Amino acid sequence: MNPNIVEIDHLSFGYKGRLLHKGINMVFPRGKVVAIMGGSGSGKTTLLRLIGGQIKPSAGEVRVDGEVVHQQDRDGIYRLRRKMGMLFQHGALFTDLSVFDNVAFPMRELTDLPESMIRDLVLMKLNAVGLRGAYNFTPTELSGGMARRVALARAVALDPNIIMYDEPFAGLDPISMGVICDLIRSLNDALGATSIIVSHDVKETFLIADYVYFVANGEVAAEGTPHDLIQSSLPFVHQFVHGEKDGPVPFHYPAANYQSELLNQAPVK
Amino acid sequence: MDRTTIDLWVGIFVALGVAAMLGLAMKVGNLTSSKIGPTYSVTAAFENVGSLKPHAPVKSAGVVVGRVDNIVFDSKKYEAVVTIKIDKRYAFPKDTFANIYTAGLLGEQYVGLEAGGADDTLKNGDKITQTQDAIVLEKMIGQFLFSKASESKADSKTEPSTKAVDAKSGRAKSTELGDAPF
Amino acid sequence: MSDNPIKIMIKSKLLSSITQTLRGIGKRMTERIWRLGTGTRLFFLTIFYSGESFKRFHLTLREIYFTGVMSLLIIVVSAFFVGMVLALQGYNTLQKYGSSEAIGVLVALSLVRELGPVVTALLFAGRAGTAITAEIGLMKTTEQLSAMEMMAVNPIARVVAPRFWAGVISMPILATLFSMVGILGGYIVAVPLIGVDDGAFWSQMQANVDFRADIINGVIKSLVFGVACTMIALFEGFDAPPTAEGVSRATTRTVVISSLAVLALDFVLTSFMLVI
Repeated sequence: MNPNIVEIDHLSFGYKGRLLHKGINMVFPRGKVVAIMGGSGSGKTTLLRLIGGQIKPSAGEVRVDGEVVHQQDRDGIYRLRRKMGMLFQHGALFTDLSVFDNVAFPMRELTDLPESMIRDLVLMKLNAVGLRGAYNFTPTELSGGMARRVALARAVALDPNIIMYDEPFAGLDPISMGVICDLIRSLNDALGATSIIVSHDVKETFLIADYVYFVANGEVAAEGTPHDLIQSSLPFVHQFVHGEKDGPVPFHYPAANYQSELLNQAPVK
Repeated sequence: MDRTTIDLWVGIFVALGVAAMLGLAMKVGNLTSSKIGPTYSVTAAFENVGSLKPHAPVKSAGVVVGRVDNIVFDSKKYEAVVTIKIDKRYAFPKDTFANIYTAGLLGEQYVGLEAGGADDTLKNGDKITQTQDAIVLEKMIGQFLFSKASESKADSKTEPSTKAVDAKSGRAKSTELGDAPF
Repeated sequence: MSDNPIKIMIKSKLLSSITQTLRGIGKRMTERIWRLGTGTRLFFLTIFYSGESFKRFHLTLREIYFTGVMSLLIIVVSAFFVGMVLALQGYNTLQKYGSSEAIGVLVALSLVRELGPVVTALLFAGRAGTAITAEIGLMKTTEQLSAMEMMAVNPIARVVAPRFWAGVISMPILATLFSMVGILGGYIVAVPLIGVDDGAFWSQMQANVDFRADIINGVIKSLVFGVACTMIALFEGFDAPPTAEGVSRATTRTVVISSLAVLALDFVLTSFMLVI
């Protein structure tokens, strides 16, 4: 059996003539937590969409469990997606359903389980994220952290093999961040799944990730364990990991010479 | 919003819609009156049917007894052949008159049946022989003007002497003409 | 000789602004046609994936509640006022020709043939159409549709199709209610208030309103309008840019395009119906 559950092979992807990814290679071994990090707009979320088959690559392949994603027909893609669970930024809970119905949604849509069994499973999943008592709330009544946790329960509702996280720590208070951080690791180990985290939260991600890929300028700029990357002397990695103001990503947006612009009497439009 | 409440309101909604539909059909439309059961067909030939249309009512004594089915032109006799469907409940004698009347002054035209006195009744496929054409407004005006003109000519021939009388009668005639309602 | 360079300069500036305008028009036209194509594709996809709307009818039922039942108030109140105004205005004109007893016919035919379907459709587009566009636009913005896709649930079958069928079912019901309530409103003004004869009001109406030609045609019109308004609302929501500004602009577009479509279709349908 292939030790990698997801493989990205010489992937290129672009919009309207501009390439977002140029020949990216990544592997995601089974049972591990792998992080994809990089600056805003570097195409991290797009990689998740490519794995999930929502968009097709311009060149190269994405393989899930050995099968090429973009070569599947509609039924094939749906079959692959049943092995995946995804946690969207801000949760993306269905606002017209209660917490209970949200977590029950994948079970009701994709399985023929009887309602009694669904009820038990939903309560178990909610218990795993600590929100069993909130099963009757609507998404609008939840705080950001709680909504994120419910979305996590929904993502793991069918015990997927691959769990994808799109900026799971964005906009959370320190306690919620700690909770999510802990849950990602413990759920991954409990389910024996592979977790792919897209994030730019260095501190939290490095706590739980087994391996990290750095994406910049459409390529994998660096990769390694968190320990390796903290020690790395590559300028881009160093700036990112230590949060430095100026480096390969410049502080000043390109502009004319400061002194001449101030002394110049021409009006600024 | 739980399911039972939604079901209840949607049920009420649809029931209201059906009730409105029934209300429109019964009270507003002519659904009840236009339901004629089995019918038999009869033809009638007219020199001029005016503005008679298919689906126009066929009335006798003011009651709707049938509908106009079809109007075709007979190119041999140069007349219009109207096929009417009469409700089977009503039997008409063979010498029934078929006239084309106008409802109101400027209304729709319809076929009026006046029963004759014969013993035999009309059967399916029979032809009504006694017909009266529609009144065409232009012909009426033409006839009226022509009759008035010939009247005044006859008057002037019998009284050639007194010019004043002529003038008087001429003026009287002209005011008569002027009094015409058209 | 000195004229020429100036003339050339003026010409070239004028020329470039003309070409720019033409290019702008062309670009907007192609965008509109492209959008029309996308909208048509969504329409066919909606019909294709409609099975689930009927197999799990509670989905459609829920949408009938939110589009149809919630529109009842505005439809009934508007119908009442429209009927009353028709009776007032109609009486004002008819009594000059001594035909005030035809007021029933006037109110009934105006409503059943035209005002019922058309005004209902315009109100529907404003109330239910914008709600649909906003809801779907919001679902797109908060990635709920993406989440559904990733859970191997077809968002068109689950979200778009039930709303489509709910709109198509609700519209004729609302239009018929509009006509009926409008006639009642007209009756209340004509008979107790103005003093037109009760019997003449209804009998003239029954004599002149044909079930097939008028009432059924009105229902056909409202069905067509239902398809158009609901589909436009669904498409604008589905296609809206996933931002707050994008969604709000999409709701405005829904109302404008639905209204224009309804009026244009009304003309087309009426000309067909009057011929046949």
